[in-house]
Amino acid sequence: MTTQSHRTRTITTITGSEAVSSVLHAIVEPGFFSSSAVELAAVLGGVVAIVAACVGVFTVIRGQSFAGEALGDIGAAGGSSAYLVGIGPVWGFVGLSLAASAVMELIGVQRARGRDLATGIVLGAGFGLAALFLYLGTLDGSTTGTIPTILFGSIFAISSSNLPIVLGLGGLAIATIVVLYRPLLLASTSPELAAARGVPVRVIGAAYLFAMAVAVALSALTIGAILSTALLVGPAAAALRLTSRPHRAILLAAAIGLACTWLGLLLAWDSYYWPHRGWPVSSFVVALVLMSYLLADLWDRLRERRRSTH
Amino acid sequence: MFSGFMVNAWIVATLVAVVGGAVGFFIVMRGAAFVAHAIPNGSFAGAAGASLLGVSTLLGLGVFSVGGALGIGLLGRRGRRDVATAMALVFMLGLGALFLSFKVEYADSAFSLLFGEVLGVSTSELWPTVGLTVVCLLALATLWRPLLLASVLPESTQGFSPFRIEVAFLLLVALATTMTVPVVGTTLIFSLMIGPPAAARALTTKPGVAIALSTVIAVAISWGAIALSYNTNWPIGFFVGALSASAYTVARLLQSWAQKV
Repeated sequence: MTTQSHRTRTITTITGSEAVSSVLHAIVEPGFFSSSAVELAAVLGGVVAIVAACVGVFTVIRGQSFAGEALGDIGAAGGSSAYLVGIGPVWGFVGLSLAASAVMELIGVQRARGRDLATGIVLGAGFGLAALFLYLGTLDGSTTGTIPTILFGSIFAISSSNLPIVLGLGGLAIATIVVLYRPLLLASTSPELAAARGVPVRVIGAAYLFAMAVAVALSALTIGAILSTALLVGPAAAALRLTSRPHRAILLAAAIGLACTWLGLLLAWDSYYWPHRGWPVSSFVVALVLMSYLLADLWDRLRERRRSTH
Repeated sequence: MFSGFMVNAWIVATLVAVVGGAVGFFIVMRGAAFVAHAIPNGSFAGAAGASLLGVSTLLGLGVFSVGGALGIGLLGRRGRRDVATAMALVFMLGLGALFLSFKVEYADSAFSLLFGEVLGVSTSELWPTVGLTVVCLLALATLWRPLLLASVLPESTQGFSPFRIEVAFLLLVALATTMTVPVVGTTLIFSLMIGPPAAARALTTKPGVAIALSTVIAVAISWGAIALSYNTNWPIGFFVGALSASAYTVARLLQSWAQKV
């Protein structure tokens, strides 16, 4: 690798701007900002993180994390069926997530406990389908390595042809949230009041479920089907610990999600020089998301304690 | 279909179904389907880690499922339980992805852990499963009254703190997970813990009858799935998922038919 020579050069001629870059190189392994794969991953990952976080704030407010998780796992069936049929994985993720959200909406009962069961039944059946499609995929032989890719993602390997699709679908999900913002917020926080005011709670709920299916599918594309909930729920839950105002929480969640994704990309790039070279991006992103949630929780707890002592 | 190595598969699948159907009754009562999904699914990372370190899979699964259960219990004390469950789950899965990347050849066993490979159960794997089944059923019998009371009437816990009951319940799920995942995979146990009890609850309101019915349905599903998987060579997880969903659908149809009559 050219790294070694690069490093010795930065160490021997430390003057002015070189000093800055040598400090930078201690944190960022060389090549991070010049790689086109990183550039694409940063753009894709960034867009997906923002979309997932914005949609996720309502997932947390509505208590639908389980539905999000289920849609992601069913997306695994979609991703693997896409390989079987020979279409882009993003269409598989989106297609089956949308289908699953429609089934959930159809059999979903309005009570929270009934919803829990309906989600569980759909998830069980969907996971069964994933097992079947992944198995048929392995029989195919040509798809070595697709199982880890579908389940855990590989953001550096996404082709640039996906960018317009991701931008389009992400824009659609955000647009749904923006258009429905007020009625959705009311229907999420107090469904009875919303119904009394003539808000079509069920229709809004269904529209939101579809937006969530799209966000989860996009998230599955970057960090993997079974980890996709991390970007949906984590940043949003952390943001809602820090502020109770929904629009502020959405902005904060988007910032947290973006930071976790980009930092995860950076660490994964650096990890090429660690033992077991090349750690997965998804693991870093998930660990960072959990950390930001725990920190937000801690901050919230300290603030509460300060308030009670005063 | 009933000879040689298949005998182990039949025995293990029956034990797993009995535990799944019985523990699942409380999962459905408590509306804890997400937890039932998260603990087995997350514990898969434990199996990946154990394979990396070269220790027993059962140990890795045990550590991760108990750790996951405690994590969910502690995180869920404040704030939303579903968020706590999601965070614990994705963190464990993220670790699993990391362990998996350290060991490339592990990808195939990841598939069997997630989706099950009951047809490949060896006799040495049989005895720990039998032992854990007994422990699990004993724990269930001991916890029966407080757990039932806390699940039906969360307010009257008769001197038990709700947090302790929740943790005891989560540990029960963790125990059931540890014994079942290495032999049948995470998908299968989740489907067995949700479909049959949900179907049973749609058919009867009596707890004793419901738990018995749930166990019977679970055993029937796992036997049917083994037979179908043996004949088609398709993964057993698919058949368990499909049969569980069908059982629930049929039970719901029967329920609405009974209400009309």
